[in-house]
Amino acid sequence: MSTSASTSESMTLGNLDRELIVATQQGLPLVSDPWAAVGEQIGISGDEALARFQRLQANGVLRRVAAVPNHYRLGYHFNGMTVWDVDDERVRELGRATGELPFVSHCYRRPRHLPLWPYNLFAMVHGTSRDEVESKAERIHELLGDACRGHQILYSSAILKKTGLRLQRKR
Amino acid sequence: MQLDATDRRLIDLYQRRMPVTSRPFLRMGEELGLSEQEVINRLEALQAHQIISRVGPVFEHSRAGASLLAAVAAPQHEIDQVADRINHFPGINHNYAREHTFNLWFVMTAPDERTLATRLDELEETLALPVLRLPMIEAYHIDLAFNIDWEAVS
Repeated sequence: MSTSASTSESMTLGNLDRELIVATQQGLPLVSDPWAAVGEQIGISGDEALARFQRLQANGVLRRVAAVPNHYRLGYHFNGMTVWDVDDERVRELGRATGELPFVSHCYRRPRHLPLWPYNLFAMVHGTSRDEVESKAERIHELLGDACRGHQILYSSAILKKTGLRLQRKR
Repeated sequence: MQLDATDRRLIDLYQRRMPVTSRPFLRMGEELGLSEQEVINRLEALQAHQIISRVGPVFEHSRAGASLLAAVAAPQHEIDQVADRINHFPGINHNYAREHTFNLWFVMTAPDERTLATRLDELEETLALPVLRLPMIEAYHIDLAFNIDWEAVS
């Protein structure tokens, strides 16, 4: 199998890289040399598995490699999707500032769908109580100031599906 | 499971990024003052108790296809059936019930934008409900992690 060291291709994932992701997306083997163990599964050496992994990370195909916490199990039982109607002229600047708050796990701009959906800024906030989520949302509110015309907090009441599986093996 | 100070440090240090090098757990042990085997044992225990969901890659799906956050307003008495129909559609990888008129929020993925749009049209038809389509326009923060407040959770 060729291992052409391609430059950072954004959209096309080679078959081996795809297999590598499929083999690891539920977690790395917790052994002394996880790369060798993964490499063995897909028929490449540990060094090559590691080199490919490093490249996928450098390319941004992998957002991160980490010990991914389960916030719910840690005690963060309240997950509030806070949504804000922010002046389009200022949403980028204020979105970045919101994203920098230490308790915001992700922050995105999305389209409005008027009149049903006036909100263009989404910030996910986690808390051990509703009060905690609300006081954090209040800090976002203060930051947005008069650029914000309205907001809501959508609490999750049930997780009906959650899977880290993103890629299926090509057949 | 009672987390001790070392477990907490382990999560604080590596919830965002762990070393992608040979012998990564040895490296982590050097930072934590633990042996490689102790790091592995702790990670195993944290994983077994689902305190961490996995030790591994978080895939940037936008780099390998299309994805979109969507929502529907299901009639409250049909919410389970609607959720079930959504979950059985191809490419659904999150589905949260939320307290709002738009009460089901899910992420749909597809190999490309066109397939995604087609699937959403099909879903709309199957559900006989409008699907609110909320693609990401810009990401300001995609860490998916935040500092754990150990005082608050203990």
